[in-house]
Amino acid sequence: MSASVIAEDLVKTYGSHHEVRALDGLSLTVEEGTVLSLLGPNGSGKTTTVRVLTTLLKPDSGRASVAGIDVVNNPQRVREIIGLSGQYAAVDETLTGWDNLIMFGRLYHLSSKGAKLRAEELLEKFSLTDAAKRPIKTYSGGMRRRIDLAASLIVKPKVLFLDEPTTGLDPRGRQEMWEVINELVKGGVTLLLTTQYLEEADQLADEIVVIDHGHVIAKGTADSLKKDVGGERLEISVPAEKLGEVRRIVEQITSSGATEDIQMHKISVAAPNGTSTLIEAVRQLDSVGIHPLDIALKRPSLDDVFLALTGHVAEEKVDEAVAVPGKRGRR
Amino acid sequence: MKDSLIITKRQLLQLLRVPEVLIFSTIQPVMFVLLFRYVFGGAINTPGVDYVQLLMPGIFVQTVAFTVAGTALGLAEDMQKGLIDRFRSLPISRSAVVVGRTLGDATLNVVVLIVMALTGILVGWRPSSGALEIFGGFLLLLIFGYAMSWMGVLVGLSVRDFRTASNVVFLFVFPMTFLSNAFAPTTGMPRPLQYVAEWNPVSTMVAGVRDLFGLEPMFGATANSFPSQNPLVMSLIYIGLLMAIFIPLSVRKYKNVSPK
Repeated sequence: MSASVIAEDLVKTYGSHHEVRALDGLSLTVEEGTVLSLLGPNGSGKTTTVRVLTTLLKPDSGRASVAGIDVVNNPQRVREIIGLSGQYAAVDETLTGWDNLIMFGRLYHLSSKGAKLRAEELLEKFSLTDAAKRPIKTYSGGMRRRIDLAASLIVKPKVLFLDEPTTGLDPRGRQEMWEVINELVKGGVTLLLTTQYLEEADQLADEIVVIDHGHVIAKGTADSLKKDVGGERLEISVPAEKLGEVRRIVEQITSSGATEDIQMHKISVAAPNGTSTLIEAVRQLDSVGIHPLDIALKRPSLDDVFLALTGHVAEEKVDEAVAVPGKRGRR
Repeated sequence: MKDSLIITKRQLLQLLRVPEVLIFSTIQPVMFVLLFRYVFGGAINTPGVDYVQLLMPGIFVQTVAFTVAGTALGLAEDMQKGLIDRFRSLPISRSAVVVGRTLGDATLNVVVLIVMALTGILVGWRPSSGALEIFGGFLLLLIFGYAMSWMGVLVGLSVRDFRTASNVVFLFVFPMTFLSNAFAPTTGMPRPLQYVAEWNPVSTMVAGVRDLFGLEPMFGATANSFPSQNPLVMSLIYIGLLMAIFIPLSVRKYKNVSPK
């Protein structure tokens, strides 16, 4: 395998005194035929990175190349081999899906016949054939993203960039988009996608690069990132009056500190021995006559990784981040 | 060049798909023709010539001057929708999109001018010069509109929001078309405004087109300034200046443009 996208020490600043550092020494590599997800909150530099890599923006310093071609020195050649689908469906809404694909096909210098064939193929592939002759304005959010994605695939790009491909979609639209993207990935495309949805990075990417304030704060596979944050945890929900007793029992079993989420009536503790810890807890709780409302073994989610890494719960230890109430709502 | 024409074609396709746009771009000038002909026209004294003969060149020039708005709005909207980003990620020349857009707006002007000319004929407009000169008059109008369109490119790519584009344009172009000889004699204005009006490119264009349509110079020239004496020459100089300034600036802007 060889690196298809390379970014080295990219810096991009804004403002008269360079006070906004959108990219602050960002480096990353995407191996050929793999999917890299750039994960970070709003304003962390995801879009700026994509804009530099797709030749839309010149970095202040640093170097970047796509398929071995330098994006600053040779932008026009880079444009010939990339596909970009941005945060909004960047198609002409007054025109039909068909009109759009023909226009972009022609702009990619396909012949009139070639553009038509490719448009038919792509509409079929993205289940848009029935909507082909309707103006894009009448499309649902998911359909717009699909036609936008189709437009970025006209010349079978060597590297595809998707900037927040599912932002603003409803769960169904998101699911559809994931299926489409997974399909592409199976076809062997090299893909860099940005997302603020951890679940999305987990679903689609081979490797995840977490960025914040314009630089990389962690990278690895979803699994390795989760491992960094800590192993499995035992979570037990019980009626409020039993919280104290349950906490004592599980702390004794695991010989480590548990966290208590009073609102959710939940106790959470590191489970060093996985299922054995779970079974032991069930046995002991049963012997004292406590019947939990819910008991489960949980691996840390990428949410936990994210919170731990970006320090949005800065003062808390990684372990305790798991018990922050309400964070599930972020997903 | 071929890429530009694809962008132009896209714009013409938009007009077919949403014909309202074309209707609304022609309704305003037609309304102005009717309003000035029948409402204000009676109050404006033009000895020796029907007001409508003087009015039509004025409204033609005003209409093509507004091309700056059409271009600016179209590009600002494309930028807001992310289309400009997409175009810039394609392997096409850095000027294709803006050249295509300005050519598209020029084509729209052809249609609008035809509709206006027909309306004018219905309400009594009769240019008295030869066919060649009349043709020359319309050509001058189209070229002026094209130059204004390039100013629109810069405005459209510079604002954050397409509503801002319309505000900027209307605050600037609307007064400019009235601070001229287009609708009433400049002689009624305070002296300092007369100078502004006479040097105003809209005035030189109006006077130039009137000349080409066979009218005596009227509605100005009180100050005997160079532009009112040589409106055609001055108009060509203005057109050259507009293009020399705004084409390079606009293309450079497009190269580095960034939404936000």
